[in-house]
Amino acid sequence: MATLTINGESHQLDVPDNMPLLWALRDVVKLTGTKYGCGMSLCGACTVHLDGQAIRSCTTPVSAAVGKEVTTIEAIGEDRVGKAVQEAWRQRDVVQCGYCQSGQIMSAVALLRDNADPSDDDIDSAMSGNICRCATYVRIRAAIHDAAENLA
Amino acid sequence: MGILKHAPASEQAAVGVVNVSRRRFLQGSAGLVLGLYLAPLVLNGSRAEAQEGAEADFEPNAFVRIAADGTVVVLAKHLEMGQGTYTGLATLVAEELDADWSRVRVEGAPADAERYKNLAFGMQGTGGSTAIANSYEQMRTAGATARAMLVAAAAERWGVSAEEISVRQGVVRHEASGREAGFGELAEAAAELPVPQEVTLKDPEDFTLIGTLNTPRTDSAGKTDGSAIFTQDFTLPGMLVAVAAHPSRFGARVVSFDDTKAREVPGVVGVVQFAGGPRRFEGVAVLAENTWAASQGRDALEIEWDDSQAFSLGSDEIMARYRELAEQEGAVAAQHGDVAAAFAEPATLVEADYEFPYLAHAAMEPMNCLVELGDERCDIWNGEQWQTMDQQLVAELLGIAPENVSLTQLYAGGSFGRRANPHSDFVLEAVSIAMAAREQGIDAPVKMVWMREDDTRGGYYRPMNFHRGRLALDAAGQLVAWHQRLVGQSIMTGTAMESFMVENGVDATSVEGAANLAYDVPNLQVELHTPDDIGVPIQWWRSVGHTHTAFSTECLIDEAAVAAEQDPVAFRRALLSQHPRHRGVLDLVAEKAGWDQPLEPGGEGQRRGRGVAVHESFNSFVAQVAEVTVEEDGSYRVDRVVCAVDCGVAVNPDVIAAQMEGGIGFALAAALHGEITLEEGVVQQSNFNDYEVLRINEMPAVEVHIVPSTEAPTGVGEPGVPPLAPAVANALFDASGERLRKMPFARRLSV
Repeated sequence: MATLTINGESHQLDVPDNMPLLWALRDVVKLTGTKYGCGMSLCGACTVHLDGQAIRSCTTPVSAAVGKEVTTIEAIGEDRVGKAVQEAWRQRDVVQCGYCQSGQIMSAVALLRDNADPSDDDIDSAMSGNICRCATYVRIRAAIHDAAENLA
Repeated sequence: MGILKHAPASEQAAVGVVNVSRRRFLQGSAGLVLGLYLAPLVLNGSRAEAQEGAEADFEPNAFVRIAADGTVVVLAKHLEMGQGTYTGLATLVAEELDADWSRVRVEGAPADAERYKNLAFGMQGTGGSTAIANSYEQMRTAGATARAMLVAAAAERWGVSAEEISVRQGVVRHEASGREAGFGELAEAAAELPVPQEVTLKDPEDFTLIGTLNTPRTDSAGKTDGSAIFTQDFTLPGMLVAVAAHPSRFGARVVSFDDTKAREVPGVVGVVQFAGGPRRFEGVAVLAENTWAASQGRDALEIEWDDSQAFSLGSDEIMARYRELAEQEGAVAAQHGDVAAAFAEPATLVEADYEFPYLAHAAMEPMNCLVELGDERCDIWNGEQWQTMDQQLVAELLGIAPENVSLTQLYAGGSFGRRANPHSDFVLEAVSIAMAAREQGIDAPVKMVWMREDDTRGGYYRPMNFHRGRLALDAAGQLVAWHQRLVGQSIMTGTAMESFMVENGVDATSVEGAANLAYDVPNLQVELHTPDDIGVPIQWWRSVGHTHTAFSTECLIDEAAVAAEQDPVAFRRALLSQHPRHRGVLDLVAEKAGWDQPLEPGGEGQRRGRGVAVHESFNSFVAQVAEVTVEEDGSYRVDRVVCAVDCGVAVNPDVIAAQMEGGIGFALAAALHGEITLEEGVVQQSNFNDYEVLRINEMPAVEVHIVPSTEAPTGVGEPGVPPLAPAVANALFDASGERLRKMPFARRLSV
């Protein structure tokens, strides 16, 4: 039994310690906004925040999240930066199929918390772990700049 | 998928589709007068009924529902897999309805070919970049009909003439008396009225939504807060997750298996062997309470496979055979003039061979499908791209009537063609697993999920191809002959579309884009070899045959321009006298890219170059100019792509731009990285580490320009893809003098 704090709420989970956080979130807590894409930290679709840091939940065991704050896409809008990023994504109509975008947004929020005014190169380097097969990258870059501007 | 558009009506019955007669659109004097198909809304049984609205809702036809609160729900007959179909279909309805865009929602329509068939296919399905093209009048008519009924209801209520009533942004108003009502207030009364048999559509000059930026995507909110539901996310009470073990070679069979260790994994509920078919895997599936347990259980299975009938060649051997085939004359796909005579003594000869690998679609959401079996029925939840085919094949497998198979269309996390499988491979696999489970007494809804590795190795790739090209120019640099031999597996052979897509040994999708070459050339011959003994399952992949034909044709014409010592744009332009829309996009892209100005030079040691390509696919015309920088060590990047597109009336200009941007990125992934290879029949790639796709750091800046047009709208999901790779290859040649003729491109150019 693991106790996790997810989006500010405490959850008792009867899952194996080595179950990746991704599957605990999706299949047990039923927070399905966080997506499975590769299972190997290669695509970033599963990105969530652990104590504010962007991590890949598909390779993070539940045991590593005990005692830490887990934040998922479902609650990122409650955060000032998170809200600004979501708004920028909507203003630009970034999404296409949308499957990777939860992870994109979680990575973008982490970037903007570290770097309030990222350059294109900063964005490319911070976001290159997040694959978008629809290749919405042009708009992701633009939306991150927009969010940075709106937060300034 | 890019098919069926050529299907004659008489052939459509071959795939078991009832061909419902539809009154044809009639051109009348007072604008467009429409005969409207309207039938009582009967859905397929219990599950589908849940999709119907409340009783008081107004449903003037199969595509529009207006709730008492004024919400307009558009029933989308096409899948939303990223290309903006939901937004586009809703735009067409909302335009004629004069709805308030912020009150418009979209729901996926159920499987019902009679009502929701693709008018370009004669059956229900999404592909071939047809969603908006085939729906343009149908959806507008649906909106106009609903509007007319709301207006009639208001006229009756207020005792005024309908002609005195206007509708604007969801408000019905009688100007003279100042009375007004929202759609919701009139919905119940409108539902009681007869459906008008004729409605007049707007003059395009009066459009307020079509062609504007006033229609943001309907799925942006849900796809940015985690609430959008994909198959991966959908659950039913008591549902089990199934992860299957597939053979490593196509066509292998299960001999025996030991599931002892699999059953020890906590959460595993059962293990079943499931039947396959000639075109889909058989295997062993582990059913569990969650995905992690199912995948751990699957990995713990010990299976003995029989590879004796499996396909066991490697990619190199396949390509060597294709090269040999290209030495011989193939089936003639197109011919005019006399190429043999023209090549007898050419002043200049251009010869080039092109190689194309298998490509996986690699949608971000791996294939999956949720199945609930009942007595004599089957309910499916899926990012459903080809309802009629899946419904038919599932019904055949189960031995039940197609109408007892319901399909609920969820968002698809990408597809690029994969979810419209001509043999319903992964859908039938899910059903087979559920059947096997039920036989073992496990009577639960089953969600089959492929892990990334299963998806990458799952077959149904864009076929490998080999192209040999020969061009002849005369002493004046005029193109006088064009001869191509293409070698590759046929996508259509063995499918329900074979009878009308394969003629005289030529699969139309193998040669599309080459056999109908746009350039004026007096002598042309395009031949095709279709090896039929390659056991790798293949399928359409975003832009189908154009994925390879655009590359060879646009690189060949570029080589010819260089051989003729002419500017690549001017050379093409002169040969497009019969193709004004090709010329239109070529002129626009050249202007916007500043083709007549020298390219800004690179830094110390850098070489810069630019290249152009123009190609028609799915009745849309796209030209692109790529700008590249080559470093001293031979590495390179694509800096910028300027794109011009002519897709007729631009229904949603921002969606069109997004599809061009995305198509460019998707095509660049294939040009730089995409390659599925086999060794002794075993796929060598597994995940994004060895099947690389495009990441943000490789994405060029993209500029999209849309040709203003009053032509009927055509597709945009696929046409942005074909010109990109040749434009980049031509740009790299411009920078370095090196021709790239093998995809994916070499990582570094010769220094």
